[in-house]
Amino acid sequence: MIKELLVILIASSLVNNVVLSQFLGLCPFLGVSKKTETATGMGVAVIFVITLASAVAGAIYQFILIPFHIAYLQTIVFILVIAALVQFVEMFLKKFIPGLYQSLGVYLPLITTNCAVLGVALTNVQKNYGILTGVVNGFATAAGFTISIVILAGIREKLTYNDIPESFKGMPIVLVTAGLMAIAFCGFSGLL
Amino acid sequence: MNSAKERLVNGIVKENPTFVLMLGMCPTLAVTTSAINGLGMGLTTMVVLALSNVFISLLRNIIPDKVRIPAFIVIIASFVTMVELLLQGFIPFLYDALGIYIPLIVVNCIILGRAEAYAYKNPVIPSLFDGIGMGLGFSVALTCIGAVRELLGAGEIFGIHVMPESYVPVSIFIMAPGAFFVLATLTAIQNKVKIAGERKGRDMSKIQSGCDSDCMNCSDSGCTHRLYDEKAGEGDKK
Repeated sequence: MIKELLVILIASSLVNNVVLSQFLGLCPFLGVSKKTETATGMGVAVIFVITLASAVAGAIYQFILIPFHIAYLQTIVFILVIAALVQFVEMFLKKFIPGLYQSLGVYLPLITTNCAVLGVALTNVQKNYGILTGVVNGFATAAGFTISIVILAGIREKLTYNDIPESFKGMPIVLVTAGLMAIAFCGFSGLL
Repeated sequence: MNSAKERLVNGIVKENPTFVLMLGMCPTLAVTTSAINGLGMGLTTMVVLALSNVFISLLRNIIPDKVRIPAFIVIIASFVTMVELLLQGFIPFLYDALGIYIPLIVVNCIILGRAEAYAYKNPVIPSLFDGIGMGLGFSVALTCIGAVRELLGAGEIFGIHVMPESYVPVSIFIMAPGAFFVLATLTAIQNKVKIAGERKGRDMSKIQSGCDSDCMNCSDSGCTHRLYDEKAGEGDKK
C-alpha cells in the first residue's frame, strides 16, 4: 500500500508533471511566474486547494454519485464543488486565519477554475483511485506544479537582464524556457 | 445573413481565438500531437460553443446578472457532458485520443469568454454564428498546429506519409516539449506582426500575446482585459 502511494507520489509530481507534460494549469504557470516569491505563494495555495478539492470531490463521488447511479454528472458536480470550495476556503481564512489569508488570499480566486484542479479530480475518478489515493495524487500533482513554477520563476528573474531578440521578448522566451524545462523533466521518466 | 457572415469571418480571421486572442492554450498544446486530434478537439469545442451560445442567448433575459457566471458554467458543463457521452458512444477512437481533455472543455476560456462577451448581450441567431465562427477558428488553428507538429515529428499529415524516405522525424515535436516550442514560435511571429503594425501606426490593441494570468479570472491583464472590455461589446452590436 505504502509502496503504491510512493509510486503515485513520484509519478504525479515528477514524471507526469502536471504543467510540463499534461499542460494543465498553464495560465497561472505563465502568468504568476515573474517573481519567485509570488510563484511560491501561488504554489502553496495550489497545494492547499488541490489536496482539499481531491478529498472533497473523491468523497462526493464515492458517497453520493455512485450510490445514486449518477456518475455521469461528475463534470458538472466537480466544477461546482470546486468553485464553492474555493469561495468557502477564502471566507474561512479571512475570518479565522487572517495571517494565512494575507499571504494566500490573492491567489485563491485565481485558482477557482484553474484546469489543474478539475483535471486532478477527474483523473482520480478515471483511474479508480480511492479517497486516500486520490488525496495523495492531488498533493503530488500540486507539488509538481509548485516545483515547476518556482524553477520557472527563478529562471525568469535571471532572464530579465538578458539581451533577447525583440520579437521573442515577453511570452515567447518564457515558452522556450518552459520547453527546455519539459525536456529536462523527460529525464525523470526513467525513475519508474 | 450579412451579420452571420460577418460573425464567421470575425471568428475565423479577425479575432481568431488561438492566433490572435491566444485563448484556451491548455487544450491547444495538449491535443495537437497530430492533425486529426487537433481537428477532433476543435470540432468538439465548436459544438459545445455553438450550443452554449444559443442557450445562454435564449436565457439572457432570465439569468440574474449577479449569478451569471455560475449559470454559464452549469450550462456549459451540461453540454460538455452530453458531447462527451456522444463521443464515447459514436466516435470511441477520438474519445480515447482526447481523454481527459474532453471534460476539461468546461474550463476552456474561449467558451466562457464568448458567453460573457457576446451571447449574454446579443440575440440568438448572431450568437449561434458567433459560436460557429469562433469554433471554426479554433478548429483551423488546432489543425494547423497539429499538422506542423505531425509533419516535423512523424513526417506525416493526417496519417499519410508525405516526407521523403530520407527524412528523419524530429520526434521531440510530438512530445510535450515540442508543444512549447511551437507555441513560442507562434507567439514570436505574432509579436513580430504586432511590432511591425505599431511602427506603421496601426491600432494593434486587438492582438494580445499570451495569457498573462488565469484565463477566467485575470483581472487586470490578458484575456479579460480584451474579452470583458465594454468597448468590444459595443463594437459587436453594430
